Amino acid sequence: MKTPVPEPEIRKLNSGDLVYLNGTIITARDEAHKKALEMKKKGEDLPVDFKGVAVFHAGPIMRKEGEEWVTIAAGPTTSARMEMFEDEFIRLFRPAIIIGKGGMGDRTTKACKEYGCVYLAFTGGAALLGAKGVKKVKGVYWLEELGMPECLWVYEAENFGPMTVTIDAHGNNMTKQVMERVSKNKEELIKKLEEVD
Amino acid sequence: MKNLENIVEDTAVELLKRAANILQNDYVAALSEARQKTRGEIGRSELSNILKNIELAKETSQPICQDTGVVAFMLKLGDNFPIRSKLRKILENATRKATNEIPLRPNAVDLFRGNTKDNVGRHVPLIYIELVEGDDLEITALPKGGGSSNVAAHSMVTPGLGWKGIKQFVLESTARAGSLGCPPYFLGVGVGGGEDYCMFLAKKALLKPFGVRNEDPKVAKIEEELLEKINSLGIGVMGLGEGPTALDLHIEIAARHPASLPVGVVFSCWAFRHAKGRVSKEGKVVFEYA
Repeated sequence: MKTPVPEPEIRKLNSGDLVYLNGTIITARDEAHKKALEMKKKGEDLPVDFKGVAVFHAGPIMRKEGEEWVTIAAGPTTSARMEMFEDEFIRLFRPAIIIGKGGMGDRTTKACKEYGCVYLAFTGGAALLGAKGVKKVKGVYWLEELGMPECLWVYEAENFGPMTVTIDAHGNNMTKQVMERVSKNKEELIKKLEEVD
Repeated sequence: MKNLENIVEDTAVELLKRAANILQNDYVAALSEARQKTRGEIGRSELSNILKNIELAKETSQPICQDTGVVAFMLKLGDNFPIRSKLRKILENATRKATNEIPLRPNAVDLFRGNTKDNVGRHVPLIYIELVEGDDLEITALPKGGGSSNVAAHSMVTPGLGWKGIKQFVLESTARAGSLGCPPYFLGVGVGGGEDYCMFLAKKALLKPFGVRNEDPKVAKIEEELLEKINSLGIGVMGLGEGPTALDLHIEIAARHPASLPVGVVFSCWAFRHAKGRVSKEGKVVFEYA
């Protein structure tokens, strides 16, 4: 897939599909989500446009070599922390894709369905594979204020992935389905715990 | 000739580098075996990404994961090793140097002033010291990611529930951790001691040799049962339902108060990064590959 991704293309994806991505990926974690939403509320303009591109839950290791920023390591961070911001974020900024790890909850799933967005799970810890998919660093914003992991890094990605669609735009949430099964298994396994003398 | 303080500092930097960049062979072998055994396409794809990433880290001498953790050192300090109170200063310097050279991500956040930018802060790097006989200082570098630390669990189990209660808590904690801490997991379980000490025991348990069961056959049996049941939960690689949920689990036990049964559960993600080395009082350094 290539960004900007048109909404009909997003709606064609199904939970369980494997995806590689080309185009613009912007990192944003807890602080960046918070700041972006606060700025929007105040009517201020953001330094980047999230429309149709991918938001990446990641706090990378970057190094400046001469005038250029180089991505050393960029794997996903735990997306659950952004659940409190994401539905509002999707509604206001209309990204086509959220990339992260560990999955997200009902509010994000609902926003994905409503506004045509998908959540792609990228392998947690696969930071060098992530960095390999970054062809170029196009920009960085809020670095001084938020620090290296929390600021906005704008990447030009090439063959970034593979990632798995775990929340599609039809209301499916694969991680939630797995965890419901885990919960049932847990109850059964607890009943079978062995006695210890 | 370098003095002993410099040698300790350089050794700590090298250990952080080895820990951050190279995953132990037996963990890589276990992940590789898991890929062979995993049937589903998604689980296999995740394990392929993991193995490719481990390979890249080794080849390019770069950190496996961008979250290089809050830096921690576990020390075994021999009776005759001459450096004592300066160890903190030395390890702080090592942490700064490693942050710059490897590089490590700056992960020490001051509660009021924000990121310290050099991985050094109040009580950070975390330093655990055990006093032992002998002439050496043994250093284990343990940079541990935040994702898997966030799913750690603690409970003061009702003593009447006994081992069954403990096992239930470990299963529940793992189910709750789910996809969040980057499974397949390594688990450390600490039982007894006290409300804080069981957590320390859990972290210590995590570092026990891979696949080696507890010396007490009763505890060993519980480790086996828990590992088997955790892998029947169905969390799978990265919580996507396919492949293993845990690669290993160790238990450390201590005596307890009659009214208390403290239990701590500590998780590591698949990228379980640690490295050990030993400095003699003459300044001879030996690195250990477990």
